[in-house]
Amino acid sequence: MTQTTAGETRFQTTIDADDKVEPRDWMPEGYRHTLIRQIAQHAHSEVIGMQPESNWITRAPSLKRKAILIAKIQDEAGHGLYLYSAAETLGVSREDLVDQLHTGRQKYSSIFNYPTLTWADMGTIGWLVDGAAIVNQIMLQQTSYGPYSRAMVRNCKEESFHQRQGYEIMLTLSRGSAEQRALAQDALDRWWWPSLMMFGPPDSESTHTEQSMEWKIKRMTNDDLRQKFVDMTIPQAEYLGLTVPDPDLVWNVEREHYDFGDIDWDEFWTVIKGHGPMNRERIQHKVGAWEDGEWVREAAIAHSEKAAARAADTIDARGAA
Amino acid sequence: MTGFATMTDPAAAYVLRHGDDNLVLAQRLSEWVSLGPELEEDIALANVALDHLGVATHLLGHASQLVGGGTTDDDLAFQRTEREFTNVVLVEQPNGDFAHTMARQLFMDAYQRLLWEALAVSEDAILAGIAAKAHKESLYHFRHTSGWVVRLGDGTDESHTRMQAAVDNLWRYTGELFEMDDLDRQMVESGVGVDLGALSGPWLHAIAAVAADAMIALPDEVTQRGGGRRGFHTEHLGHLLSEMQWMQRTYPGLEW
Repeated sequence: MTQTTAGETRFQTTIDADDKVEPRDWMPEGYRHTLIRQIAQHAHSEVIGMQPESNWITRAPSLKRKAILIAKIQDEAGHGLYLYSAAETLGVSREDLVDQLHTGRQKYSSIFNYPTLTWADMGTIGWLVDGAAIVNQIMLQQTSYGPYSRAMVRNCKEESFHQRQGYEIMLTLSRGSAEQRALAQDALDRWWWPSLMMFGPPDSESTHTEQSMEWKIKRMTNDDLRQKFVDMTIPQAEYLGLTVPDPDLVWNVEREHYDFGDIDWDEFWTVIKGHGPMNRERIQHKVGAWEDGEWVREAAIAHSEKAAARAADTIDARGAA
Repeated sequence: MTGFATMTDPAAAYVLRHGDDNLVLAQRLSEWVSLGPELEEDIALANVALDHLGVATHLLGHASQLVGGGTTDDDLAFQRTEREFTNVVLVEQPNGDFAHTMARQLFMDAYQRLLWEALAVSEDAILAGIAAKAHKESLYHFRHTSGWVVRLGDGTDESHTRMQAAVDNLWRYTGELFEMDDLDRQMVESGVGVDLGALSGPWLHAIAAVAADAMIALPDEVTQRGGGRRGFHTEHLGHLLSEMQWMQRTYPGLEW
C-alpha cells in the first residue's frame, strides 16, 4: 500500500513548513516511538541527575550554597515531571516509563554514572553538564513535536541559571586558595571527557540521527552539537585559569573551530551498557526509594477510596432520611 | 571558633535558638531529596526544607549582627559545636520512615504556626519581620503535613501502624517546645519573646484534631526528654553536625 493518506500528507506538510506536530495530529508510528524514547530518556536523566547533586546537599559549604543546590535539584525534579507529562501526550503512562527505567529497558544520560567526589563537582556539573544540556536543549526548542518544544523553552530558562551558578562555584574556587584551585582542576579533569560524551556517539555511528533529522526531531547532529559546546566552553576554562585535559586541543584558524582529541568511545559504550562507575548504584538508589515509598503510595490510594466511600455513605444517609 | 557557648547577649541567644530549630530541621528534611515516595513529594520536601533553611539563614544572620565583631551567619552554622547548638531535640531526630518524618513535621508545623504568629508582633522589629514571613509558610506546611498524617493514619493497616508508632516515638520530645527557661522569661518581659506555655493548649487542640481525622491515638506518656535549649542533645546531633560542617572544618577559613 503505497498510497499516501491524508494524515501522512498533512504530517509532511507540517514538517516541511517548520510547524509543530501536536498530540492529536496523525504521525508515523516511528516518529511517535522515537519521541517517546527520547523524551522518556530525557525525563529519566533529570530524575537520576538529582542523585549526584543530592550527594552534596548535606555537606554544602555555606548556607547560600546549600539553598541554591536544593533549589536546583528541585528544578530538576520539576523538569522530570514536566517531561513525563510531555511523553504522556504520546499515549504512554508515567508508571510504565518509570518501570522501564527501573528494569533497565530505558536509559538516561551516561554522565550521571560518574561519582561526585568533591564539592568542586557541584561546580563542574553546573558548568559543563548543564552547559552541554543547554546546547542540546536550545536545539530542541526547535524540535517538531509541539509539547516537547514548549517544555524545552521553559527548561532552558532554568538551565541557564543552573549553568551560571555552576560556573560561579568554579570561579570562586579558581580565585581561592591553592587547595581550592586543585579541587577545581581535579573536577575538570574528571568531568571533561564524560561531558563531551553526553552528545552521544559520533555521527558515523549514530543509529537514530538521520531519521530524526528528517523528522526535525533533532535539528543538529551529535558532532555539530559537541563542537558547539567545545567552542563555547574553552574560553570559559581559560578565564578560570584551568587546563582542559586534552593535549590535542587547538584553535583551527581555517575551520574557525577548536580541534580536539579523540574521545574514548570504549569508555562511552562501557558506561552505556551499564558498567560505568555508578550505573548500578544509581538504579539501586532509585528502585530502593520507589520500593520504600510503596506503602506510602498505597496508603494515599486507600485513604482516597475510603474518603470517597464515606462521602457516598453520607449522601445515601441523607437520601434515606 | 569557640566561645559561642558563653554567648552573653540574650537577644542574640534568643534569636539563635529559633534559628537552630530551623537549620537542623532543614538539614534533616534535605536528606530526603531523591528518596521521596514519589517525585511530587521530592519536590514538596525540598520546598519545605528550603523554607526552613531560609528562615534559619535570616535568623542566624540577625543573631550574628547582634553578636557583632564580624561574626557571620555561616560562622554560627558551621563553627559551633554540638554543645553550643540550642535547637529543641525534636528536630534533630533522624528521618526514620516517611511516617516519622511527617510526625516530627506535624509537631513542628503546629508549633511554628503559633510561634511565628506571636513573634510577628515582637518588639524586635527584625525578628518580627522574619516571623511574619515564616508564619505564612508554616500555614501551608501544616496543611501539607496534616494531609499526609491523615492519609497515613487512615490509609492501610501498615500505614496506620507506622503512623501510630511514629507519633508514639516522638511524643516525648514535644514537651520541650513549651518549656520556659530564664531567657524565655526575660524575653517575654522585654516584649521580644513569646510565652511558650500559652501556646501548648492551642497546639494540643490542633494536633488532636488532625489525630482524630487520622484515627491516631495521642500517647498518655508524660515523661518528656528536653534539654536541647541548654545544649544537652540526643546523640544524633553530633553526627548531623559532623556531616553539615565537614567542608568548613576540613578547609578552615575559606570562601566557597
